[in-house]
Amino acid sequence: MGLAAIFLQDDNFIIAMYIVAFSLFITGLTRLTSPTTAVRGNKIAAVGMLVAVVATLLNPDLDGSDYLLIAIGIAIGTAVGIPSARNVKMTAVPQMVALFNGVGGGAVALIAWAEFRQVDGDLSEDLAVGIPLMFGAIIGSVSFWGSNVAFGKLQGLITGRPVRIPGGFFVNIALLLIAIGAAIAILAGSESEGLFVLILVAAAVLGNLAVLPIGGADMPVVISTLNAFTGLSAAAAGIALHNTALIVAGMIVGASGTILTDQMAKAMNRSIGAVLMGGFGGEAPAASGGEGSEIEGTVRSTSSADVAIQLAYARQVVVVPGYGMAVAQAQHTVRELAKALEKRNIEVKYAIHPVAGRMPGHMNVLLAEADVPYDQLKEMDDINPEFGRTDVSLVIGANDVTNPDARMKADSPIYGMPILNVDESASIIVLKRSMASGFAGIENPLFYNEKTQMLFGDAKASVADITSELGQL
Amino acid sequence: MNLLPLVAAAAETSSGSRLLTEIAILLLAAFVGFQVISKVPNTLHTPLMSGTNAIHGIVLLGGLIAIAYADDFFSRVIIVIAIIFGTINVIGGFLVTDRMLGMFKRKPDPTPEEAPAKAPAADGA
Repeated sequence: MGLAAIFLQDDNFIIAMYIVAFSLFITGLTRLTSPTTAVRGNKIAAVGMLVAVVATLLNPDLDGSDYLLIAIGIAIGTAVGIPSARNVKMTAVPQMVALFNGVGGGAVALIAWAEFRQVDGDLSEDLAVGIPLMFGAIIGSVSFWGSNVAFGKLQGLITGRPVRIPGGFFVNIALLLIAIGAAIAILAGSESEGLFVLILVAAAVLGNLAVLPIGGADMPVVISTLNAFTGLSAAAAGIALHNTALIVAGMIVGASGTILTDQMAKAMNRSIGAVLMGGFGGEAPAASGGEGSEIEGTVRSTSSADVAIQLAYARQVVVVPGYGMAVAQAQHTVRELAKALEKRNIEVKYAIHPVAGRMPGHMNVLLAEADVPYDQLKEMDDINPEFGRTDVSLVIGANDVTNPDARMKADSPIYGMPILNVDESASIIVLKRSMASGFAGIENPLFYNEKTQMLFGDAKASVADITSELGQL
Repeated sequence: MNLLPLVAAAAETSSGSRLLTEIAILLLAAFVGFQVISKVPNTLHTPLMSGTNAIHGIVLLGGLIAIAYADDFFSRVIIVIAIIFGTINVIGGFLVTDRMLGMFKRKPDPTPEEAPAKAPAADGA
Protein backbone atom coordinates (compact mmCIF):
# COMPACT_ATOMS: atom_id res chain seq x y z
CA MET A 1 0.00 0.00 0.00
CA GLY A 2 2.78 2.34 0.99
CA LEU A 3 4.66 1.45 -2.17
CA ALA A 4 1.58 2.12 -4.29
CA ALA A 5 1.17 5.53 -2.72
CA ILE A 6 4.79 6.38 -3.41
CA PHE A 7 4.38 5.28 -7.00
CA LEU A 8 1.15 7.23 -7.50
CA GLN A 9 2.57 10.37 -5.97
CA ASP A 10 5.75 10.22 -8.03
CA ASP A 11 6.27 13.31 -10.16
CA ASN A 12 6.77 11.19 -13.23
CA PHE A 13 3.49 9.39 -12.71
CA ILE A 14 1.70 12.73 -12.37
CA ILE A 15 3.38 13.95 -15.55
CA ALA A 16 2.40 10.75 -17.34
CA MET A 17 -1.22 11.42 -16.40
CA TYR A 18 -0.86 14.96 -17.69
CA ILE A 19 0.34 13.58 -21.01
CA VAL A 20 -2.77 11.38 -21.17
CA ALA A 21 -4.85 14.49 -20.40
CA PHE A 22 -3.17 16.46 -23.22
CA SER A 23 -3.95 13.71 -25.73
CA LEU A 24 -7.56 13.73 -24.60
CA PHE A 25 -7.78 17.54 -24.86
CA ILE A 26 -6.36 17.58 -28.38
CA THR A 27 -8.49 14.65 -29.54
CA GLY A 28 -11.56 16.23 -27.98
CA LEU A 29 -10.95 19.62 -29.55
CA THR A 30 -10.33 18.11 -32.97
CA ARG A 31 -13.64 16.27 -32.77
CA LEU A 32 -15.41 19.44 -31.63
CA THR A 33 -14.78 20.94 -35.07
CA SER A 34 -17.13 18.55 -36.89
CA PRO A 35 -20.89 18.23 -36.24
CA THR A 36 -20.94 14.45 -36.25
CA THR A 37 -18.18 13.98 -33.68
CA ALA A 38 -18.63 17.09 -31.56
CA VAL A 39 -20.70 15.57 -28.74
CA ARG A 40 -18.15 12.86 -28.14
CA GLY A 41 -15.30 15.37 -28.52
CA ASN A 42 -16.64 17.45 -25.67
CA LYS A 43 -16.90 14.37 -23.45
CA ILE A 44 -13.36 13.30 -24.32
CA ALA A 45 -12.04 16.73 -23.34
CA ALA A 46 -14.01 16.54 -20.08
CA VAL A 47 -12.41 13.18 -19.27
CA GLY A 48 -9.04 14.79 -19.98
CA MET A 49 -9.87 17.46 -17.42
CA LEU A 50 -10.83 14.83 -14.85
CA VAL A 51 -7.52 13.02 -15.40
CA ALA A 52 -5.57 16.29 -15.00
CA VAL A 53 -7.42 17.18 -11.78
CA VAL A 54 -6.96 13.71 -10.25
CA ALA A 55 -3.26 13.76 -11.16
CA THR A 56 -2.81 17.13 -9.48
CA LEU A 57 -4.61 15.92 -6.35
CA LEU A 58 -1.94 13.21 -5.99
CA ASN A 59 0.59 15.95 -5.21
CA PRO A 60 2.37 14.73 -2.04
CA ASP A 61 2.68 18.30 -0.73
CA LEU A 62 -1.06 18.46 -0.06
CA ASP A 63 -2.07 17.78 3.54
CA GLY A 64 -5.40 17.05 5.21
CA SER A 65 -6.52 20.64 5.66
CA ASP A 66 -5.61 21.37 2.02
CA TYR A 67 -7.83 18.50 0.89
CA LEU A 68 -10.64 19.77 3.08
CA LEU A 69 -10.47 23.25 1.54
CA ILE A 70 -10.21 21.76 -1.96
CA ALA A 71 -13.27 19.62 -1.27
CA ILE A 72 -15.19 22.68 -0.06
CA GLY A 73 -14.13 24.72 -3.09
CA ILE A 74 -15.00 22.02 -5.60
CA ALA A 75 -18.31 21.32 -3.83
CA ILE A 76 -19.37 24.97 -3.97
CA GLY A 77 -18.19 25.33 -7.56
CA THR A 78 -20.14 22.22 -8.55
CA ALA A 79 -23.23 23.38 -6.69
CA VAL A 80 -23.13 26.65 -8.64
CA GLY A 81 -21.93 25.30 -11.98
CA ILE A 82 -24.30 22.38 -12.55
CA PRO A 83 -27.62 24.19 -12.05
CA SER A 84 -26.52 27.27 -13.96
CA ALA A 85 -25.44 25.15 -16.94
CA ARG A 86 -28.51 22.89 -16.70
CA ASN A 87 -31.20 25.50 -16.23
CA VAL A 88 -29.99 28.22 -18.56
CA LYS A 89 -32.33 28.71 -21.51
CA MET A 90 -30.79 28.03 -24.90
CA THR A 91 -31.33 31.70 -25.73
CA ALA A 92 -29.20 32.75 -22.77
CA VAL A 93 -26.32 30.39 -23.50
CA PRO A 94 -24.01 33.07 -24.94
CA GLN A 95 -24.00 35.13 -21.77
CA MET A 96 -23.56 31.98 -19.69
CA VAL A 97 -20.43 31.20 -21.70
CA ALA A 98 -19.25 34.74 -20.94
CA LEU A 99 -19.83 34.16 -17.24
CA PHE A 100 -17.98 30.82 -17.20
CA ASN A 101 -15.13 32.47 -19.07
CA GLY A 102 -15.03 35.34 -16.61
CA VAL A 103 -14.66 33.16 -13.52
CA GLY A 104 -11.75 31.38 -15.23
CA GLY A 105 -9.98 34.71 -15.67
CA GLY A 106 -10.84 35.66 -12.10
CA ALA A 107 -9.30 32.41 -10.85
CA VAL A 108 -6.02 33.23 -12.62
CA ALA A 109 -5.92 36.73 -11.08
CA LEU A 110 -6.60 35.32 -7.60
CA ILE A 111 -3.96 32.62 -7.95
CA ALA A 112 -1.46 35.26 -9.04
CA TRP A 113 -2.36 37.26 -5.93
CA ALA A 114 -1.86 34.22 -3.66
CA GLU A 115 1.49 33.51 -5.31
CA PHE A 116 2.53 37.13 -4.81
CA ARG A 117 1.72 36.83 -1.10
CA GLN A 118 3.52 33.49 -0.89
CA VAL A 119 6.87 35.06 -1.78
CA ASP A 120 6.04 38.18 0.25
CA GLY A 121 6.04 40.21 -2.93
CA ASP A 122 9.66 39.42 -3.69
CA LEU A 123 9.51 38.69 -7.39
CA SER A 124 12.59 40.58 -8.47
CA GLU A 125 14.82 37.53 -7.92
CA ASP A 126 13.05 35.28 -10.37
CA LEU A 127 11.65 37.19 -13.34
CA ALA A 128 10.79 33.92 -15.09
CA VAL A 129 8.12 33.57 -12.40
CA GLY A 130 7.43 37.24 -11.81
CA ILE A 131 6.69 38.33 -15.39
CA PRO A 132 4.16 35.58 -16.17
CA LEU A 133 2.56 36.16 -12.78
CA MET A 134 2.05 39.86 -13.53
CA PHE A 135 0.77 39.01 -17.01
CA GLY A 136 -1.70 36.54 -15.51
CA ALA A 137 -2.88 39.08 -12.94
CA ILE A 138 -3.54 41.79 -15.53
CA ILE A 139 -5.13 39.63 -18.23
CA GLY A 140 -7.07 37.54 -15.73
CA SER A 141 -8.59 40.61 -14.14
CA VAL A 142 -9.41 42.21 -17.51
CA SER A 143 -11.03 38.96 -18.64
CA PHE A 144 -13.08 38.61 -15.44
CA TRP A 145 -14.54 42.11 -15.55
CA GLY A 146 -14.83 42.30 -19.32
CA SER A 147 -16.77 39.02 -19.36
CA ASN A 148 -19.07 40.25 -16.63
CA VAL A 149 -19.88 43.36 -18.65
CA ALA A 150 -20.49 41.18 -21.73
CA PHE A 151 -22.82 39.07 -19.60
CA GLY A 152 -24.61 42.17 -18.36
CA LYS A 153 -25.11 43.45 -21.89
CA LEU A 154 -26.45 40.20 -23.29
CA GLN A 155 -28.64 39.61 -20.24
CA GLY A 156 -30.06 43.10 -20.57
CA LEU A 157 -28.74 44.24 -17.18
CA ILE A 158 -26.68 46.88 -18.97
CA THR A 159 -27.78 48.57 -22.16
CA GLY A 160 -26.69 46.69 -25.28
CA ARG A 161 -26.00 50.00 -26.94
CA PRO A 162 -22.43 51.20 -27.02
CA VAL A 163 -21.68 53.32 -23.96
CA ARG A 164 -19.23 56.00 -24.99
CA ILE A 165 -16.82 57.31 -22.44
CA PRO A 166 -15.32 60.68 -23.34
CA GLY A 167 -11.67 60.14 -24.18
CA GLY A 168 -12.25 56.45 -23.52
CA PHE A 169 -9.36 55.32 -25.65
CA PHE A 170 -6.86 57.44 -23.72
CA VAL A 171 -8.37 56.46 -20.37
CA ASN A 172 -7.93 52.81 -21.31
CA ILE A 173 -4.35 53.34 -22.41
CA ALA A 174 -3.68 55.18 -19.13
CA LEU A 175 -5.18 52.31 -17.12
CA LEU A 176 -3.08 49.78 -18.99
CA LEU A 177 0.03 51.88 -18.36
CA ILE A 178 -0.82 52.13 -14.64
CA ALA A 179 -1.16 48.34 -14.42
CA ILE A 180 2.06 47.73 -16.36
CA GLY A 181 3.90 50.44 -14.40
CA ALA A 182 2.88 48.90 -11.07
CA ALA A 183 3.92 45.48 -12.36
CA ILE A 184 7.34 46.81 -13.37
CA ALA A 185 7.75 48.45 -9.97
CA ILE A 186 7.05 45.12 -8.27
CA LEU A 187 9.40 43.25 -10.58
CA ALA A 188 12.06 45.89 -9.90
CA GLY A 189 11.98 45.10 -6.20
CA SER A 190 9.02 46.87 -4.60
CA GLU A 191 7.28 44.33 -2.43
CA SER A 192 4.17 46.41 -1.80
CA GLU A 193 0.94 44.44 -1.82
CA GLY A 194 -0.86 47.74 -2.38
CA LEU A 195 0.81 47.97 -5.78
CA PHE A 196 -0.37 44.47 -6.63
CA VAL A 197 -3.94 45.37 -5.66
CA LEU A 198 -3.56 48.48 -7.81
CA ILE A 199 -2.72 46.20 -10.77
CA LEU A 200 -5.86 44.18 -10.18
CA VAL A 201 -8.03 47.29 -9.80
CA ALA A 202 -6.60 49.12 -12.82
CA ALA A 203 -7.07 45.98 -14.92
CA ALA A 204 -10.61 45.60 -13.55
CA VAL A 205 -11.57 49.14 -14.54
CA LEU A 206 -9.91 48.58 -17.91
CA GLY A 207 -11.95 45.39 -18.44
CA ASN A 208 -15.15 47.32 -17.71
CA LEU A 209 -14.34 50.36 -19.82
CA ALA A 210 -13.02 48.33 -22.75
CA VAL A 211 -16.22 46.33 -23.19
CA LEU A 212 -18.81 49.01 -22.32
CA PRO A 213 -18.33 50.99 -25.57
CA ILE A 214 -18.77 47.89 -27.71
CA GLY A 215 -22.25 47.32 -29.10
CA GLY A 216 -24.16 44.16 -28.31
CA ALA A 217 -23.89 42.95 -31.91
CA ASP A 218 -20.16 42.59 -31.49
CA MET A 219 -20.38 40.70 -28.19
CA PRO A 220 -19.65 37.27 -29.73
CA VAL A 221 -16.31 38.55 -30.94
CA VAL A 222 -15.63 40.13 -27.55
CA ILE A 223 -16.45 36.96 -25.63
CA SER A 224 -14.31 34.90 -27.99
CA THR A 225 -11.44 37.35 -27.54
CA LEU A 226 -11.75 37.24 -23.75
CA ASN A 227 -11.91 33.45 -23.98
CA ALA A 228 -8.53 33.46 -25.74
CA PHE A 229 -7.25 35.95 -23.13
CA THR A 230 -8.21 33.66 -20.27
CA GLY A 231 -6.41 30.82 -22.03
CA LEU A 232 -3.26 32.94 -22.34
CA SER A 233 -3.46 33.99 -18.70
CA ALA A 234 -3.81 30.33 -17.68
CA ALA A 235 -0.70 29.49 -19.73
CA ALA A 236 1.16 32.35 -18.01
CA ALA A 237 0.09 31.03 -14.61
CA GLY A 238 1.43 27.66 -15.75
CA ILE A 239 4.87 29.12 -16.37
CA ALA A 240 4.83 30.86 -12.99
CA LEU A 241 3.77 27.66 -11.21
CA HIS A 242 5.96 25.41 -13.38
CA ASN A 243 2.94 23.31 -14.29
CA THR A 244 2.90 21.86 -17.82
CA ALA A 245 -0.81 21.05 -17.77
CA LEU A 246 -1.66 24.72 -17.33
CA ILE A 247 0.83 25.77 -19.99
CA VAL A 248 -0.39 23.29 -22.59
CA ALA A 249 -4.15 23.54 -22.05
CA GLY A 250 -4.04 27.31 -21.53
CA MET A 251 -2.00 27.92 -24.66
CA ILE A 252 -4.10 25.60 -26.81
CA VAL A 253 -7.13 27.64 -25.82
CA GLY A 254 -5.23 30.89 -26.31
CA ALA A 255 -4.27 29.88 -29.85
CA SER A 256 -7.48 28.19 -30.94
CA GLY A 257 -9.50 30.98 -29.35
CA THR A 258 -7.61 33.54 -31.42
CA ILE A 259 -8.28 31.64 -34.65
CA LEU A 260 -11.91 31.23 -33.70
CA THR A 261 -12.24 34.94 -32.96
CA ASP A 262 -10.75 35.71 -36.34
CA GLN A 263 -13.20 33.38 -38.09
CA MET A 264 -16.14 34.92 -36.24
CA ALA A 265 -15.01 38.44 -37.04
CA LYS A 266 -14.59 37.52 -40.72
CA ALA A 267 -18.12 36.14 -40.81
CA MET A 268 -19.27 39.61 -39.73
CA ASN A 269 -16.86 41.38 -42.05
CA ARG A 270 -15.31 43.03 -39.03
CA SER A 271 -11.72 43.19 -37.97
CA ILE A 272 -10.91 42.20 -34.42
CA GLY A 273 -9.11 45.48 -34.00
CA ALA A 274 -12.11 47.53 -35.07
CA VAL A 275 -14.36 45.62 -32.69
CA LEU A 276 -12.06 46.08 -29.72
CA MET A 277 -11.59 49.75 -30.43
CA GLY A 278 -15.34 50.06 -30.09
CA GLY A 279 -15.51 51.61 -33.53
CA PHE A 280 -18.82 50.00 -34.40
CA GLY A 281 -20.95 51.94 -32.00
CA GLY A 282 -19.02 55.13 -32.55
CA GLU A 283 -21.31 56.88 -34.95
CA ALA A 284 -24.36 54.76 -34.36
CA PRO A 285 -26.20 57.09 -31.95
CA ALA A 286 -26.17 59.81 -34.60
CA ALA A 287 -27.49 57.41 -37.22
CA SER A 288 -30.34 56.12 -35.09
CA GLY A 289 -31.14 59.55 -33.71
CA GLY A 290 -32.31 60.64 -37.16
CA GLU A 291 -35.66 58.85 -36.72
CA GLY A 292 -35.34 57.50 -40.24
CA SER A 293 -35.30 61.00 -41.68
CA GLU A 294 -33.00 59.86 -44.47
CA ILE A 295 -35.18 56.93 -45.38
CA GLU A 296 -37.96 57.50 -47.85
CA GLY A 297 -41.22 55.62 -47.80
CA THR A 298 -43.58 54.51 -45.12
CA VAL A 299 -43.95 51.48 -42.97
CA ARG A 300 -46.95 49.32 -43.78
CA SER A 301 -48.30 46.97 -41.17
CA THR A 302 -50.33 43.89 -41.92
CA SER A 303 -52.39 41.24 -40.13
CA SER A 304 -51.73 37.58 -39.52
CA ALA A 305 -54.69 36.67 -41.75
CA ASP A 306 -53.15 38.56 -44.67
CA VAL A 307 -49.80 36.92 -44.05
CA ALA A 308 -51.45 33.49 -44.03
CA ILE A 309 -53.04 34.16 -47.40
CA GLN A 310 -49.78 35.33 -48.93
CA LEU A 311 -48.00 32.26 -47.63
CA ALA A 312 -50.73 29.91 -48.84
CA TYR A 313 -50.21 31.03 -52.42
CA ALA A 314 -46.43 30.98 -52.34
CA ARG A 315 -44.29 28.33 -53.95
CA GLN A 316 -41.16 29.02 -51.95
CA VAL A 317 -40.96 30.60 -48.51
CA VAL A 318 -37.68 31.51 -46.85
CA VAL A 319 -37.67 31.96 -43.09
CA VAL A 320 -35.06 34.42 -41.86
CA PRO A 321 -34.69 33.94 -38.11
CA GLY A 322 -32.94 36.39 -35.81
CA TYR A 323 -32.57 37.23 -32.17
CA GLY A 324 -36.27 38.12 -31.93
CA MET A 325 -37.12 34.48 -32.59
CA ALA A 326 -34.74 33.43 -29.84
CA VAL A 327 -36.17 35.89 -27.33
CA ALA A 328 -39.73 34.86 -28.09
CA GLN A 329 -38.73 31.16 -27.96
CA ALA A 330 -40.63 30.87 -31.23
CA GLN A 331 -38.58 28.11 -32.85
CA HIS A 332 -41.13 25.35 -32.18
CA THR A 333 -44.01 27.51 -33.40
CA VAL A 334 -42.01 28.36 -36.52
CA ARG A 335 -41.48 24.67 -37.12
CA GLU A 336 -45.25 24.08 -36.82
CA LEU A 337 -45.90 26.80 -39.39
CA ALA A 338 -43.30 25.29 -41.71
CA LYS A 339 -44.95 21.88 -41.39
CA ALA A 340 -48.33 23.38 -42.26
CA LEU A 341 -46.80 25.03 -45.31
CA GLU A 342 -45.05 21.85 -46.40
CA LYS A 343 -48.38 20.03 -46.27
CA ARG A 344 -49.51 22.48 -48.93
CA ASN A 345 -46.45 21.57 -51.02
CA ILE A 346 -44.81 24.91 -50.34
CA GLU A 347 -41.07 24.72 -50.16
CA VAL A 348 -39.68 26.09 -46.88
CA LYS A 349 -36.06 26.99 -46.33
CA TYR A 350 -34.28 28.73 -43.50
CA ALA A 351 -31.70 31.42 -44.22
CA ILE A 352 -29.03 31.37 -41.53
CA HIS A 353 -26.83 34.41 -41.36
CA PRO A 354 -23.50 33.55 -39.73
CA VAL A 355 -24.07 36.03 -36.92
CA ALA A 356 -27.85 36.00 -36.64
CA GLY A 357 -28.79 36.03 -32.99
CA ARG A 358 -26.14 36.79 -30.49
CA MET A 359 -23.58 34.17 -31.48
CA PRO A 360 -22.58 32.37 -34.64
CA GLY A 361 -24.54 29.14 -34.74
CA HIS A 362 -27.18 30.48 -32.34
CA MET A 363 -30.01 29.99 -34.84
CA ASN A 364 -28.84 26.52 -35.83
CA VAL A 365 -28.95 25.45 -32.21
CA LEU A 366 -32.46 26.76 -31.68
CA LEU A 367 -33.88 25.36 -34.91
CA ALA A 368 -32.20 22.02 -34.32
CA GLU A 369 -33.91 22.01 -30.92
CA ALA A 370 -37.22 22.38 -32.76
CA ASP A 371 -36.30 19.42 -35.00
CA VAL A 372 -36.00 21.44 -38.18
CA PRO A 373 -34.40 19.11 -40.75
CA TYR A 374 -30.73 19.96 -41.10
CA ASP A 375 -30.90 20.17 -44.91
CA GLN A 376 -33.43 23.02 -44.75
CA LEU A 377 -30.94 25.23 -42.92
CA LYS A 378 -29.11 27.20 -45.61
CA GLU A 379 -26.00 29.21 -44.98
CA MET A 380 -25.83 32.72 -46.37
CA ASP A 381 -23.88 31.96 -49.55
CA ASP A 382 -26.26 29.13 -50.45
CA ILE A 383 -29.49 30.99 -49.82
CA ASN A 384 -28.66 34.41 -51.27
CA PRO A 385 -29.06 33.31 -54.92
CA GLU A 386 -32.44 31.80 -53.91
CA PHE A 387 -34.11 35.03 -52.82
CA GLY A 388 -34.76 36.03 -56.44
CA ARG A 389 -37.03 32.97 -56.80
CA THR A 390 -38.62 33.32 -53.41
CA ASP A 391 -42.23 34.40 -53.15
CA VAL A 392 -42.27 35.32 -49.49
CA SER A 393 -39.42 35.99 -47.11
CA LEU A 394 -40.56 35.68 -43.53
CA VAL A 395 -38.18 37.71 -41.39
CA ILE A 396 -38.68 36.65 -37.78
CA GLY A 397 -36.95 38.98 -35.38
CA ALA A 398 -33.92 39.54 -37.59
CA ASN A 399 -32.83 43.09 -38.33
CA ASP A 400 -29.23 44.11 -38.96
CA VAL A 401 -28.41 40.96 -40.96
CA THR A 402 -31.03 41.97 -43.53
CA ASN A 403 -30.15 45.67 -43.71
CA PRO A 404 -29.57 46.67 -47.37
CA ASP A 405 -27.50 49.64 -46.16
CA ALA A 406 -24.68 47.14 -45.67
CA ARG A 407 -24.62 46.81 -49.46
CA MET A 408 -25.52 50.29 -50.59
CA LYS A 409 -24.80 52.99 -48.06
CA ALA A 410 -21.09 53.57 -47.79
CA ASP A 411 -21.33 55.68 -44.64
CA SER A 412 -23.39 53.12 -42.72
CA PRO A 413 -21.60 51.60 -39.72
CA ILE A 414 -22.38 48.15 -41.07
CA TYR A 415 -21.37 48.94 -44.66
CA GLY A 416 -19.57 45.95 -46.15
CA MET A 417 -21.05 43.37 -43.79
CA PRO A 418 -22.37 40.44 -45.84
CA ILE A 419 -26.15 40.34 -45.48
CA LEU A 420 -29.05 38.17 -46.52
CA ASN A 421 -30.49 39.70 -49.68
CA VAL A 422 -34.04 39.44 -48.43
CA ASP A 423 -35.09 42.49 -50.45
CA GLU A 424 -34.70 40.48 -53.68
CA SER A 425 -37.69 38.28 -52.91
CA ALA A 426 -41.10 39.09 -54.32
CA SER A 427 -42.57 39.97 -50.97
CA ILE A 428 -41.20 40.43 -47.51
CA ILE A 429 -42.98 40.01 -44.20
CA VAL A 430 -41.17 41.24 -41.13
CA LEU A 431 -42.24 40.03 -37.70
CA LYS A 432 -41.08 42.50 -35.12
CA ARG A 433 -42.08 43.73 -31.70
CA SER A 434 -41.82 47.41 -32.58
CA MET A 435 -39.98 49.79 -34.85
CA ALA A 436 -37.01 49.86 -32.46
CA SER A 437 -33.71 49.57 -34.23
CA GLY A 438 -31.54 46.47 -34.02
CA PHE A 439 -28.56 45.79 -31.85
CA ALA A 440 -26.29 47.85 -34.04
CA GLY A 441 -28.56 50.80 -33.26
CA ILE A 442 -29.16 51.77 -36.88
CA GLU A 443 -32.21 52.15 -39.09
CA ASN A 444 -33.14 49.41 -41.54
CA PRO A 445 -34.49 50.68 -44.89
CA LEU A 446 -35.82 47.18 -45.57
CA PHE A 447 -38.77 48.05 -43.32
CA TYR A 448 -39.61 50.99 -45.59
CA ASN A 449 -39.31 48.94 -48.78
CA GLU A 450 -42.55 48.95 -50.78
CA LYS A 451 -42.46 45.14 -50.93
CA THR A 452 -42.28 44.91 -47.15
CA GLN A 453 -45.13 44.45 -44.72
CA MET A 454 -44.65 44.53 -40.98
CA LEU A 455 -46.47 42.27 -38.55
CA PHE A 456 -45.94 43.79 -35.12
CA GLY A 457 -46.10 41.73 -31.96
CA ASP A 458 -44.41 38.90 -30.11
CA ALA A 459 -42.91 36.54 -32.69
CA LYS A 460 -44.27 33.40 -31.06
CA ALA A 461 -47.81 34.72 -30.82
CA SER A 462 -47.68 36.11 -34.37
CA VAL A 463 -46.43 32.85 -35.87
CA ALA A 464 -49.05 30.87 -33.95
CA ASP A 465 -51.74 33.23 -35.28
CA ILE A 466 -50.50 32.81 -38.84
CA THR A 467 -50.53 29.03 -38.47
CA SER A 468 -54.09 28.98 -37.18
CA GLU A 469 -55.25 31.38 -39.91
CA LEU A 470 -53.58 29.12 -42.43
CA GLY A 471 -55.51 26.16 -41.05
CA GLN A 472 -58.80 27.95 -41.74
CA LEU A 473 -58.03 28.67 -45.38
CA MET B 1 6.85 21.28 -7.53
CA ASN B 2 8.95 20.28 -10.46
CA LEU B 3 6.52 18.83 -12.95
CA LEU B 4 8.39 19.27 -16.19
CA PRO B 5 9.33 16.02 -17.89
CA LEU B 6 12.49 17.30 -19.48
CA VAL B 7 13.59 19.11 -16.39
CA ALA B 8 12.92 16.11 -14.20
CA ALA B 9 15.59 14.25 -16.13
CA ALA B 10 18.25 16.77 -15.22
CA ALA B 11 17.80 17.85 -11.63
CA GLU B 12 20.58 20.38 -11.70
CA THR B 13 19.09 22.30 -14.63
CA SER B 14 19.11 26.04 -14.07
CA SER B 15 15.91 28.04 -13.88
CA GLY B 16 16.91 29.73 -17.14
CA SER B 17 16.83 26.55 -19.14
CA ARG B 18 13.68 25.50 -17.36
CA LEU B 19 12.11 28.69 -18.66
CA LEU B 20 13.30 27.83 -22.16
CA THR B 21 11.77 24.39 -21.87
CA GLU B 22 8.51 25.93 -20.75
CA ILE B 23 8.56 28.39 -23.63
CA ALA B 24 9.19 25.50 -26.03
CA ILE B 25 6.15 23.70 -24.63
CA LEU B 26 4.17 26.93 -24.88
CA LEU B 27 5.11 27.36 -28.53
CA LEU B 28 4.26 23.79 -29.46
CA ALA B 29 0.90 24.08 -27.69
CA ALA B 30 0.24 27.26 -29.66
CA PHE B 31 0.84 25.42 -32.92
CA VAL B 32 -1.48 22.63 -31.85
CA GLY B 33 -4.15 25.20 -31.04
CA PHE B 34 -3.76 26.92 -34.39
CA GLN B 35 -3.85 23.64 -36.29
CA VAL B 36 -6.87 22.15 -34.56
CA ILE B 37 -9.10 25.06 -35.48
CA SER B 38 -8.43 25.41 -39.16
CA LYS B 39 -11.87 25.39 -40.72
CA VAL B 40 -14.93 25.19 -38.55
CA PRO B 41 -18.47 25.42 -39.89
CA ASN B 42 -20.27 28.52 -38.54
CA THR B 43 -22.75 26.23 -36.87
CA LEU B 44 -20.09 25.03 -34.49
CA HIS B 45 -18.52 28.37 -33.59
CA THR B 46 -20.51 28.80 -30.39
CA PRO B 47 -20.16 25.23 -29.10
CA LEU B 48 -16.47 25.28 -29.94
CA MET B 49 -15.96 28.55 -28.10
CA SER B 50 -17.81 27.05 -25.17
CA GLY B 51 -15.69 23.88 -25.35
CA THR B 52 -12.39 25.74 -25.37
CA ASN B 53 -13.81 27.89 -22.59
CA ALA B 54 -14.27 24.75 -20.50
CA ILE B 55 -10.70 23.63 -21.21
CA HIS B 56 -9.16 26.81 -19.83
CA GLY B 57 -10.92 25.83 -16.62
CA ILE B 58 -7.60 24.02 -16.21
CA VAL B 59 -6.78 27.05 -14.05
CA LEU B 60 -8.45 24.97 -11.35
CA LEU B 61 -5.14 23.08 -11.15
CA GLY B 62 -3.41 26.33 -10.29
CA GLY B 63 -5.57 26.57 -7.17
CA LEU B 64 -4.93 22.93 -6.28
CA ILE B 65 -1.17 23.50 -6.51
CA ALA B 66 -1.05 26.87 -4.79
CA ILE B 67 -3.03 25.74 -1.76
CA ALA B 68 -0.35 23.18 -0.89
CA TYR B 69 2.11 25.84 0.23
CA ALA B 70 -0.10 28.83 1.05
CA ASP B 71 -0.10 29.17 4.82
CA ASP B 72 -1.70 32.45 5.82
CA PHE B 73 -5.44 32.65 6.22
CA PHE B 74 -6.11 35.32 3.60
CA SER B 75 -4.10 33.52 0.91
CA ARG B 76 -6.01 30.33 1.58
CA VAL B 77 -9.32 32.19 1.29
CA ILE B 78 -8.25 33.67 -2.05
CA ILE B 79 -7.22 30.25 -3.31
CA VAL B 80 -10.48 28.61 -2.23
CA ILE B 81 -12.36 31.28 -4.19
CA ALA B 82 -10.07 30.54 -7.15
CA ILE B 83 -10.89 26.83 -6.81
CA ILE B 84 -14.61 27.65 -6.73
CA PHE B 85 -14.21 29.81 -9.85
CA GLY B 86 -12.15 27.16 -11.63
CA THR B 87 -14.68 24.45 -10.81
CA ILE B 88 -17.56 26.59 -12.12
CA ASN B 89 -15.53 27.20 -15.30
CA VAL B 90 -14.85 23.49 -15.84
CA ILE B 91 -18.18 21.95 -14.87
CA GLY B 92 -20.40 24.71 -16.22
CA GLY B 93 -18.34 24.91 -19.41
CA PHE B 94 -18.45 21.23 -20.30
CA LEU B 95 -22.12 20.84 -19.31
CA VAL B 96 -23.36 23.82 -21.28
CA THR B 97 -21.32 22.70 -24.31
CA ASP B 98 -22.87 19.27 -24.02
CA ARG B 99 -26.35 20.78 -23.89
CA MET B 100 -25.66 22.90 -26.94
CA LEU B 101 -24.28 19.97 -28.91
CA GLY B 102 -27.19 17.80 -27.81
CA MET B 103 -29.35 19.98 -30.04
CA PHE B 104 -27.44 18.79 -33.08
CA LYS B 105 -27.96 15.10 -32.46
CA ARG B 106 -29.91 13.57 -35.28
CA LYS B 107 -30.35 10.14 -33.81
CA PRO B 108 -33.83 8.60 -33.89
CA ASP B 109 -35.08 9.56 -30.43
CA PRO B 110 -37.56 12.33 -31.10
CA THR B 111 -39.63 13.81 -28.29
CA PRO B 112 -42.78 11.75 -27.72
CA GLU B 113 -45.25 14.17 -29.26
CA GLU B 114 -43.04 14.62 -32.31
CA ALA B 115 -42.53 10.91 -32.87
CA PRO B 116 -45.30 10.19 -35.40
CA ALA B 117 -44.56 13.27 -37.47
CA LYS B 118 -40.85 12.68 -37.76
CA ALA B 119 -40.14 11.40 -41.25
CA PRO B 120 -37.14 9.12 -41.77
CA ALA B 121 -36.02 11.47 -44.54
CA ALA B 122 -35.10 14.03 -41.90
CA ASP B 123 -32.17 11.85 -40.97
CA GLY B 124 -30.83 11.87 -44.48
CA ALA B 125 -28.66 14.97 -44.16
